[in-house]
Amino acid sequence: MKELEYPFNSDYIITKKKKIKKELLNTDKKFIEKNIAVLGGSTTNDIIQILELFLLNYGIKPNFYESEYNKYWEDAVFENKKLDEFKPDIIYIHTTNKNIQSYPNIKDTISEVNNKLDTEFERYTIMWNKLFEKYNCTIIQNNFDYPVIRLLGNKDATDIHGKVNFITKLNLKFAEYANASPNFFINDLNYISSQYGLDEWADEFYYYMYKYALTVKAIPTLAFNIANIIKGIYGKNKKAFVLDLDNTLWGGVVGDDGVDNLVIGPETSEGQVYTDFQKYLKSYKEMGILLNINSKNDEENALAGLNHPDGILKKDDFIIIKANWLPKSKNIIDISKELNIGIDSLVFVDDNPAEREIIRMNTTGVGIPELDKSYKYMRIIDHSGYFEGMNLSEEDFKKNEMYKENIERTKLMNTFDNYDEYLRSLEMVGEIKEFAPKYMARIAQLTNKSNQFNLTTKRYTQSEIESIAANQEYITLYGRLVDKFGDNGVVSLIIGHQNGTKLDIDLWLMSCRVLKRDMEFAMMDALVKESLKRGVKEIYGYYYKTAKNNMVKEFYKEQGFTKISEDEENNTIWKLEINNKYKNKNKFIKVEE
Amino acid sequence: MSKEEIFERLNKVFRDVFDDESITVTENTTSSDIEDWDSLEHINLIVAVENEFKIKFNMGEVTTMKNVGEMANIIESRIK
Repeated sequence: MKELEYPFNSDYIITKKKKIKKELLNTDKKFIEKNIAVLGGSTTNDIIQILELFLLNYGIKPNFYESEYNKYWEDAVFENKKLDEFKPDIIYIHTTNKNIQSYPNIKDTISEVNNKLDTEFERYTIMWNKLFEKYNCTIIQNNFDYPVIRLLGNKDATDIHGKVNFITKLNLKFAEYANASPNFFINDLNYISSQYGLDEWADEFYYYMYKYALTVKAIPTLAFNIANIIKGIYGKNKKAFVLDLDNTLWGGVVGDDGVDNLVIGPETSEGQVYTDFQKYLKSYKEMGILLNINSKNDEENALAGLNHPDGILKKDDFIIIKANWLPKSKNIIDISKELNIGIDSLVFVDDNPAEREIIRMNTTGVGIPELDKSYKYMRIIDHSGYFEGMNLSEEDFKKNEMYKENIERTKLMNTFDNYDEYLRSLEMVGEIKEFAPKYMARIAQLTNKSNQFNLTTKRYTQSEIESIAANQEYITLYGRLVDKFGDNGVVSLIIGHQNGTKLDIDLWLMSCRVLKRDMEFAMMDALVKESLKRGVKEIYGYYYKTAKNNMVKEFYKEQGFTKISEDEENNTIWKLEINNKYKNKNKFIKVEE
Repeated sequence: MSKEEIFERLNKVFRDVFDDESITVTENTTSSDIEDWDSLEHINLIVAVENEFKIKFNMGEVTTMKNVGEMANIIESRIK
C-alpha cells in the first residue's frame, strides 16, 4: 500500500490508522502469522497499533503481547505465565534513554563510572539471556537515543561524566552482544532519532503527558524501522534491482545524445551524482543483490552507454539486460521468470513516473521508489528499507557468479538434443549430510526464502534450526550441489520428525535454481537410507498448498508415495512404506556422504 | 473561522480517528459518548486535532477539557 511506503505521511497514518487496517485486512492475500511480544520502558500502545499496519503491509499478521507500562524487565526476568502461553516468535524491547537508571555523577572516579556502565549493561544481558533461555525466540532491542540536554556542552561527548559519552559506550556494548548472537537484532534508535531530528523526536510534551519516550508524530518512523527488521528476519527483503538507463544510471538519453555526451564522471556536478549512484549500486551487487536492466533503448545503444569510460557499472555487472521497446511491465515479468525469483523480490528504479505507474498497475509487490532529483536517488532507495542487512551467508557474496553460471548452463543445455546427456555433461557432485554448524545461517535463510519448491513452507529462525539439529528425534539433511560450472552451494533441505517407526516430513524444499537436475532424487535416496538406518518403516509426506508452491503438488507421487488424504483446501498427506529393497532414484549426481 | 466551521472540521477529525462515519459531535459531546474514546485514543485525537488546525494545546488544556465545546473554544482562541 503506497500510504505505508517511504516517504509516508505520518499524520495521515496516525489519523487514519483504523481505516488503513481495515483495508489491509480486506484482501485475499495470505499472511504469515507471528506472535510478537512488546516489552516497553515507556508507553507502547500506538507503537503496537502502527507497527501492525506496516507488518500487515509486508504480509505478516502479528498477534501482540504488551507488557504493563514500564514493566519490561520484570516481564522478562520473573515467572510470567501469560508470556509463556503466548509463545513469542519475536520479542521487541522498547527501551530508550529514559530507562537508564544511573548516569555518572560529575564527581565519580573512572572506576565508578565504569561500574555504572557495567551495571546498566548487565541489567540488559540478564534479561536477554533469560529470554533466549525461556523462549528460544528472536529479540529486537532498541539501543539508546542521545539526550536532548548536554550539561557539559560539547564535552558531553568526550568526558567520561557526559551522558553522550556514557550512551555511546553503552551502545557499543549492545553492538558487541548483537555481533555474538545471531538471533539478536538492534533497532538503531540512536540513528533514526538523529535522522528524524533529535529535538523534534524527543518532544517532552508527549513524555510528561503520556509517557511516550518520543513524539507521537515519530511513531510511524519508529514502527517502519522495526517492521523492516522483522520482514528481513522472515525473508521478505528484496533480492534484485531492475534498473532503467537514461536519466537513471546516467544523465541524458544515449540513443539521442550519443555515448560521448552522456552525463557521468568527475568533470561536472551532475556527472558526479551519477557516478556515485553507480558506485552505490555496485556495493549492493557485492552484497549479493542482483542487478538487471529494463530500458527502452536499442540494445546496441544500451551496451554502448554501459561501455562509457567513466561508468562504474559495466555489462558484466548485470545478470539480465532487457534493452528493447516492449512495455517495461512485460520486461520485468520476464526478468522475474528468468531469474526464477518472485516479482515481489524486485526493486524497479526508473526516473520516469509514467513507467513507474505502469509497473504499479500491472504487477504486485514490486518495490517502486519514488525517485525525485537525481542527487536524492540513493537517499530515497536507502530510506525505503528494501534491504535490511541480515546475517549474510557466503552464498550471498557468490550470488552474482552463481546466476551467471546458470546462464552458462542454459547455453550448454541448448546444445544437447537429449536432456540426460546434458545432465551427464554437467559432472555433478552432491554433498548430502545432516545440518552442520557452518551452514546454519544459510539453512535458516533458505527456509525463509524458498516459496516454489517448498512442500510445507514452514519458516524457521536460526535458533530453531540449531535446536532441531541437536535433537535426536529429527533427521536433518542439507544438499549441496557442485558441477563443472561452479558451486551452487546449499540448495535443498529436509527435516523429518521420527516417532517410533514412523517419520513425518516437516520440511522439504529446494532452491529453484537446481530444478530438474535430479537433486530431489538424490535427497530422497539419502532420506530413505538414513530412515532405514534408524528403523523407520513408514514415511509421511505433507503438501500444504500456498499461492506459490503449485509445482510440487504431485511431488510425493513422483517419489512413489500414495495419497492417503486430501482436505477441502487441497492440502494432501502421502505415505510410503520403505524397506531394504528400496532402489536409488538418482542417476546423475555422484553423492559424497 | 466560525464556530460552525470549527465543528465541521472537528467532526471530520473525529470520524477519521474513530473510523465511524455516524459520529456527529456537539458542544456537549464527551468521551463517554464515543465508545472507543479512552485515554489512549485521546492522545491520537489531540494530535489529529492539532494537525487539522495547526495549533498546539497546552498540557493543562489536554487534561482539563471536559467536552468538545471546550475543545472548540480553545481552538477558536488559538487561531484568532
